[in-house]
Formats: sequence, C-alpha cells, structure tokens
Amino acid sequence: MKDVSFSISAGDYLCIVGENGSGKTTLMRTLLGLKKPDSGQVLFGDGCSVGSNSAGGGDKSCKQNHKIGYLPQKSNLQKDFPASVMEIVLSGTLNESGLFYTRKQKKKAVSAMESLGILDLKKQSFMELSGGQQQRVLLARALCATEDILFLDEPVAGLDPKVTLEMYEMIRTLNEIGITIVMISHDIEAALEYSNHILHLNKDVDFFGTTEEYKKTELCEHYLCHIPDHLHHDDDCEICNEHQHLHEHTKDHLHDHDCEICDEGGER
Amino acid sequence: MIRIIAEMLSYPFLVRALICGVLLSVCASLLGVSLVLKRYSMIGDGLSHVGFGALAIATAFHWAPLAVSIPVVVAAAFLLLRLNENTKIKGDAAIALISTGALAIGILVVSLTTGVNIDIYNYMFGSVLAIDKTSFFVSIGACVVIIVLFLLFYNRIFAVTFDEDFTRATQARSSGIHILIALLTAVVIVLGMRLMGALLISALIIFPALTSMRVFKSYKKVTVSAAILSAVCFVIGIFCSYTISIPVGATVVVINIIAFLIFFLIGKIRIRKQQ
Repeated sequence: MKDVSFSISAGDYLCIVGENGSGKTTLMRTLLGLKKPDSGQVLFGDGCSVGSNSAGGGDKSCKQNHKIGYLPQKSNLQKDFPASVMEIVLSGTLNESGLFYTRKQKKKAVSAMESLGILDLKKQSFMELSGGQQQRVLLARALCATEDILFLDEPVAGLDPKVTLEMYEMIRTLNEIGITIVMISHDIEAALEYSNHILHLNKDVDFFGTTEEYKKTELCEHYLCHIPDHLHHDDDCEICNEHQHLHEHTKDHLHDHDCEICDEGGER
Repeated sequence: MIRIIAEMLSYPFLVRALICGVLLSVCASLLGVSLVLKRYSMIGDGLSHVGFGALAIATAFHWAPLAVSIPVVVAAAFLLLRLNENTKIKGDAAIALISTGALAIGILVVSLTTGVNIDIYNYMFGSVLAIDKTSFFVSIGACVVIIVLFLLFYNRIFAVTFDEDFTRATQARSSGIHILIALLTAVVIVLGMRLMGALLISALIIFPALTSMRVFKSYKKVTVSAAILSAVCFVIGIFCSYTISIPVGATVVVINIIAFLIFFLIGKIRIRKQQ
C-alpha cells in the first residue's frame, strides 16, 4: 500500500470499503498501532503518534493516552476459550491504570453491557453464545476501552440479516452519542446508508470524502453493480451484464416463478 | 495408610520433594492455562529438551546445573516467542527444531564425556532424590515469586491470552506480559525438570489446564481448578510412587491422565443433562 493519506474528525462515521486484498485490514492494523508503517505516520489531534499508545511505544513526550476501542474480526478469536461475558467485558477497562479492577471499572462494564442489552448474559460462557451475542459482548468490551473512537473490522461478518440490522443500529446510536466510528465493511449498501465518510481502497486511495460525494462517483456505481443490488444496473458494465439475470429481478423485488435463481433463493 | 504417610514424612528428601513438587505443579498449571489457550502447549516440551541439553553439558563440565540451565532455557524461551511472531518458520516447527536440536547436542556431549550415567537418566525421567537443600530453597523462592507475579498480573494475562490484538491496540501496559509468561515458564521448567524428568515436565503445564477446561467455562474457574487439581494430582502421585516404588514423574503424569478422563466424563454427562 502506498500514498494513503486521509484525516477524520471527532464524531465522523467512516467506512473503509474495497475488494479483498485492497489493504483494508493492513490499514486498520496500522491505525491501531499493531503494525508499524514502512513510512508515514498516524497522528492524533494533539500530534501524538499512535505508537505511543501501544506496544513498542516510542514517543515518551506523549503523556496523554489515547483511548481507542477495537472490535476485531471474529475469526481471529478462539472458539473454545473458557471465559465468562463479564470477564471479557471487564478486560476492556484495563487501559486504566492499576492491576486489579476497581468498582468504577466494574460499573463501566455493567453500564456498557446494559446499553447493548446483554446484562442478563453476564455470567454466561462466551463460547456458548450465538454469533450476534458474541459480537455484542466484544462491542461492549470495546466500549469499555474508549469514549472517543471505535475501530470495527467487519462487524457484521457471518451474522444473519436481522442481527446485522440490529448491529448497525447499535453502531449508529454510538456514533450519535459522539463516538467516532471507523469501520471496515464489505456491505457497501449499509456503508452508504449509515456512514458520513467513505474511504475506498485499492492498494492506494481511490476515493476519500463524504458519502454524498461518493455516491456520485463512477467508482461507487461500479462497485455497487458487482453486488446483486436492487437499485443499480449499468448496461456498460461487464460484470453487470454477466449477472444481468440476477440483477434484473432483484432490482424490482419481484419474484419470478420461472426463474431458477428466484426459486432457489426463495423470495427476495 | 497413615503409617505410610508418617513414614514418608520422616524422610527429609521426600518432604522436600513433596513441598517443591506441589508448589511447582501449582505454578506450572497457572502458566499452563495461558499457554494452552494461546496454542503454545508445546513450548513447555521444547524448553524442557533445551533444559536437558543444558543440564547434560553442565554435568559434563562439572558446572552448577541450575546456574547454567536457567539462563539457557530463558534464552530459548525468548527465541521461541520471537520465532512464533516470525511467520517464515511456523511456531510448531520452530519448537520441534529447537527441542530436537538441543536434545541431540545434549546426547552428543554426554556420550563424548561421562556416558549415560544415573545422573543423565534422572534428568530424563526425573528422580525424587533430585531436590537437594539448595535447589529446595531456590525452588520455593522462585515459586512464591511466580505465584505472586501471576496474581498481580492475572487480569492482564487474561486480556492478552483472550485477544492479543485488542489488548495491544488499546492498552499501553500489556506489552511485557508475553515476555513475563515465557520467562516464568522457563524457570518452572528448569526447576521442575529434575523432579519430574525432562521428557515429562510439560505434562504438568498442559494436563491441569486441559482437564479443567472439560468442566469449567470461565477463565477464573479454570485457573483455580487447574491449580488445585495439579497439587492434588502431585500429592497422590508421589504417594503412589512411594508405596509401589515406581518413578515419581511418570506416576504423576498417569494420575493426571486419570483426572483428565474423569473430568472428560463429567463434562460429557453435564452436556447430556442440559439437552
């Protein structure tokens, strides 16, 4: 990846989109300070680099700890890890000083769980929860770590449509109370609907700007038509034409009994 | 039975072995929960082979065994962690390389110098006589330090074990936890090796954690259960080993296997009851 340069302000909702291998995850790992950039910097508003916040921290002059929250891709986690929901959510508060949990940290964890509606799962084992519940637990942990900025790496991967919608609504609520959101997503429609900034990556920055501007670009149309979508169809687009069949009927929400794909997929 | 226990306790070397063994088992199991969950189970095995190599060399040149092996094994632990981060050689292959390499060097040194004598045999399979007064005090001191450090850093160890990326990204103070775990593991292995045997010591790290995970589903419960289980298994093991006159290391491992099977069954029955 090269020449990736962009800035976000507090309260933004940024979606990072792009095809597989376009460098989305690499970018996020760099933003989080998990990977050192070959060159260049990631800076916070006060000029502190992200490295001062985490392992291998260099900049000693940065006293302020930038608190960030992170929701990792779920596939990075182990499936059989014995841990209760409370243990996991509490571990998010550890960026505050001290070795043992204080009452304040416990309160924070409880209120994070409450706001995401998982307080009743507190004592349950993480690995016995459903996928949607697990995501909420990890989101609660991320909330315990930050009040400013949340990094989300494909938060809805593998969730069913209903839970996906709930997840997006939850993230929107968080954004509305002032938390900056940076999210990697394959779900371009949701990105267009919820975010206010878009970063389109393809090894370098193909687009960076507000969502409104992005909607007007060819890039967006092209990207949209790759996905069986109910709005877009571009007669000049090769991929669109290939999948024309699929596009045409999904576009009107019509169900065609003579169509193979329709019958296979049920009503769309 | 009480008579046998009283008889055992009348031998100072057995009392030393018992106290040391229980403490080392507890330490090994505490670290083991984290190591097993991080998929580093074989690190214990690799390090014990390195420890064997170091002890063999120390014996051949009449150096103090602990003074040589502790630094060597600690260095190997760092190297293994480093290799684990490096994707060119996968972690499990790296461990196999280092462990067989160290074992080979140890055997060569032994055969060129003293030959396989009773000392070497004891290093490999353990001996209840191994704990002399010096190593007794060293072991107790080290175990107390390890347990205190573990309790102090318990929450951070959990965070790093559960999700290293998240912890590294959000917390400034957790970067050293890895190194701490590797260091403590290396010390436990060297100290426990002569009692349990180089080829068997890693069982103390792996079994209690794995056994506890059959039944318990929260990190705290698994940790507490592993520590208790490990101590109990060691006590039963050393008792059996004395009464039937069989090697202590192997006996403790067999007791751990039995405990694993029992917990496995309990776990299965629980699941069936829930359904």
